[in-house]
Amino acid sequence: MKKRINLEGVKHVVKLANLPLTDTEIKKFTSQLSEVIGYNMSLLEKVDTKGVEPTAHITGVSNVLREDETEPSLTSKEALQNAKETHNDFFKVKAILDLPDEASAKVGQ
Amino acid sequence: MELVKLSLKKAAAGLKSKKFSSKELTEAVLKRIENLEPKVDAYLLLTNELAERQAEKADQLIADGQAASPLNGVPVAVKDVIVTKGIRTTAASKILEDFIPPYSATAYEKLESAGMVMLGKTNHDEFAMGASTENSAYKITKNPWDFSRVPGGSSGGSAAAVAADMCVYSIGTDTGGSIRQPASFCGVVGLKPTYGRVSRYGLIAMASSLDQIGPITKTVEDATLVLNVIAGYDPRDSTSVNKEVPDFSDFLKQGIKGLKIGVPKEFFGEGVDYQVAEAIKKAIVRLESLGARAVEMSLPRTKEAISVYYLVMPSEVSANLARYDEIRFGAGRDKFGPEVKRRIMLGTYALSTGYYDAYYLKAAKVRTLIYQEFQDAFKKVDVIAGPVSPILPFKIGERVDDPLQMYLADILTVPVNLAGLPGISIPCGLISGLPVGLQVIADHWQEGKIFNVAYAYEQNFPFTEKPNLYSA
Repeated sequence: MKKRINLEGVKHVVKLANLPLTDTEIKKFTSQLSEVIGYNMSLLEKVDTKGVEPTAHITGVSNVLREDETEPSLTSKEALQNAKETHNDFFKVKAILDLPDEASAKVGQ
Repeated sequence: MELVKLSLKKAAAGLKSKKFSSKELTEAVLKRIENLEPKVDAYLLLTNELAERQAEKADQLIADGQAASPLNGVPVAVKDVIVTKGIRTTAASKILEDFIPPYSATAYEKLESAGMVMLGKTNHDEFAMGASTENSAYKITKNPWDFSRVPGGSSGGSAAAVAADMCVYSIGTDTGGSIRQPASFCGVVGLKPTYGRVSRYGLIAMASSLDQIGPITKTVEDATLVLNVIAGYDPRDSTSVNKEVPDFSDFLKQGIKGLKIGVPKEFFGEGVDYQVAEAIKKAIVRLESLGARAVEMSLPRTKEAISVYYLVMPSEVSANLARYDEIRFGAGRDKFGPEVKRRIMLGTYALSTGYYDAYYLKAAKVRTLIYQEFQDAFKKVDVIAGPVSPILPFKIGERVDDPLQMYLADILTVPVNLAGLPGISIPCGLISGLPVGLQVIADHWQEGKIFNVAYAYEQNFPFTEKPNLYSA
């Protein structure tokens, strides 16, 4: 059951976590992840949890709904006030599709 | 009369009877901050002008006979992980260095409505991740009892500011002990309310199933006064619970004769400094002398709580901090500090394909067992008592390179968060000049029982020592 945490595995996690880490940081985290998760699992593996339901939160409250009514909220100016880049009252984001130059020029219009 | 030393209760009484004005009180506290901030480093931002404006308004309300809340005109410090409209909020992180919130947290709005005087935003570990305030991206707060030691964390600035009389009371947050442990280290009172008691709306999320806002104060009664204001259901936080909020001051005067206090042997076991254990045992004997009955008991799952916590919490961290995408607010993800990166990595790993069942789910199941163990315990006892921290305030830099050692500082506080229970730290003595906190834990929604016990202790065995801030 015990899995060793290796450098390749950690590099995959770095990608999932979208963290720009240096090689030194990745190496350091590899050993620290091993240590912390190894310590945690060494204790938890000994606990019998057969038939035990997991607890994600404690209050038991679920699916809280509200009336579908409009109410005052942030103005677009307020919502955008902390954005580094905006365009015509929208957040500006990096392109996620590679478009040919001509097409992207059109999108930009 | 030294205005800065007043408790919230006494400050409120003085303001009401017009012995002094909010303006005078506020100016005295701001002067105190000016003198001591270079030594203590409790604040990330001071809002002097706002404080002066609010003090004038509070004085006007008093003059008009319109001041309703004991918080009216009393200066408060707020942890910088709570968003404040128009006032820079950084979460002690470089990623939010220039973040100006477009709205305020519900707890903060409630303080505003009560007539608070806002002094500024206090320092803490980045995104509230830490037990020493050393993880702040901006400064290290010093323990007012010994400037070479940490104030605890993550609400270290909030606790140090109260201990050094650099505010009358403060607001902190507690995910795994972040109110109680710094309160213990700084010799002040810190309450973590029941999960769902205080709205988390506008609290910058670290681990959503564990985070809770609470007061850090000079006395137990002060904590009731603050909780009276900030508690309550909030439609904007769907995890806050629609539960009647009592007047918590009502629980202060009932005595503790016949009350059953559970004393778990695990709270005095391996890893707990024997001096701390002795001080807490003495405090429990004192409670017995007031008519309470101490009952030895066992919470065997205590030893796994830290392991559950350091899988559940980072998992929630990795999801919550995915929002920092450099698009809507904040800088790039390279601006996260080392502890934040470590927890995002831990959590992402624990939730990733092939590991979710073995790590996160396993931890969530053991969490159920911890919760059930407390439920069973509270069928037999009214409250549970023990130390807050297994160790005394440690030296700055001593544990910073060893994450596992730092994490073990939380062993006696995290079970309370995992089970969603309320818990308090009250000062119960000094060891070699350093404060020790007594932790009192109760069942869900039973903050009243905690106040009852804590107040009885405080009234009969008052902690009157003060740090000597002008010696070093």
